[in-house]
Amino acid sequence: MNNSRLLRVGQQSLSLIADMGHAGLFLWSVITSRIPWRRIVPLISEQLYRAGIMSLLITILAGFFIGMVVGLQGFHTLQKFSAEQALGKLLALSIVRELGPVIAALLFAGRAGSSLTAELGLMATTDQLSAMRMLGVNPLWRVVAPRFWGALIALPLLTLIFDVVAIYGGSLVGVDWLGVDRGAFWSGMQSVVEFGGDVMNGVLKSGVFAFLIVWISLYQGYFCEPNAKGMSIATTKTVVYGSLAVLAFDFILTALVMGGW
Amino acid sequence: MKSKSLYVAVGLFLIVAFASLVILAFQMTDFSSTHTGKTYRVTAAFTNIGNLKMRSPVRIAGVTIGRVSDIELNKKTFQAEVTIRISGDVDHIPSDSSASILTAGLLGANYISITPGYEVTNLASGDAIETTHSALILEKLIGKLIYKKTSKESS
Repeated sequence: MNNSRLLRVGQQSLSLIADMGHAGLFLWSVITSRIPWRRIVPLISEQLYRAGIMSLLITILAGFFIGMVVGLQGFHTLQKFSAEQALGKLLALSIVRELGPVIAALLFAGRAGSSLTAELGLMATTDQLSAMRMLGVNPLWRVVAPRFWGALIALPLLTLIFDVVAIYGGSLVGVDWLGVDRGAFWSGMQSVVEFGGDVMNGVLKSGVFAFLIVWISLYQGYFCEPNAKGMSIATTKTVVYGSLAVLAFDFILTALVMGGW
Repeated sequence: MKSKSLYVAVGLFLIVAFASLVILAFQMTDFSSTHTGKTYRVTAAFTNIGNLKMRSPVRIAGVTIGRVSDIELNKKTFQAEVTIRISGDVDHIPSDSSASILTAGLLGANYISITPGYEVTNLASGDAIETTHSALILEKLIGKLIYKKTSKESS
């Protein structure tokens, strides 16, 4: 009784480690597979359209509302210390350093990551991948690699757009509605935000997040159990693992970067 | 035809993203002000720099003309050697000017203020500012005040 429970724990942790190893090998074979770049560029731009542009609207809307709410909350808190002039600094630093990369990545995991998993899962379930292999086409470069590179490019760009929209959303609330001085708002922001240290770090972060999300979602889709239940489990796992990976790595990356200061 | 409109959409997406980068760089950071023009380095030794940090502003009459680029401890004199970068178009600061560390507001960040002197020769790259005034440490000041008050009462 006790013995079998112990056995199960051991088996589960072994299969967890095996899963990670499997995912690592999968990633390795995606990156190192010989890619005919000239033929893959149109495929990448199609994926850029589906991962990037289709997520553009949700990213812009989320960015706008998050900027507005940070502006509103920040204003009411700063007003207690009559320091509402510092709203621009608060808004820009929190958006560019943390909220932009993280929330864009979470939205991306839900919007693009899950659809990648579902698509690849359906391909695997309906034996399209096997059919490709039979025709002598390696699905790794024909199907997986374009999605990998497309999503890897799309998320940092979405993060940049998110940052700008959120800051303008915050300035709409803070400056236009609540009456923070426009000059103090923007010049305060310019005096504290650094291009290399803050903006570029945010973009770098979102690149790492994109890598994690696309790795998880492609792995889950490519190796999902070929039936309806397997697909639904894989899609759920993509969103859950993707979001957790983003939040965990956000802490690690921030601690690494802040450690140098 | 379908693939062409796809390319247009992707191209627009890339343009919007890079436009956001440019807006972030020029509207929301001091990217433009720190990366234009030449600068020259001047050093100054302080006995106490307080909360002065790298990239703290250097001002003359309240106008920012440069930034602190390096802070090091001189191991012989135990003074803080501060290297400051001054923008190249402010190139005729008298060589007997003095540098003092001031605080912006009561609890604000420290900055270096340069008070121009009267010498004919100007500070050049690599020169040291001889006359310096250290940061005002609030705790010391309060300590002095309390000491004065208690000594007055006892006498």
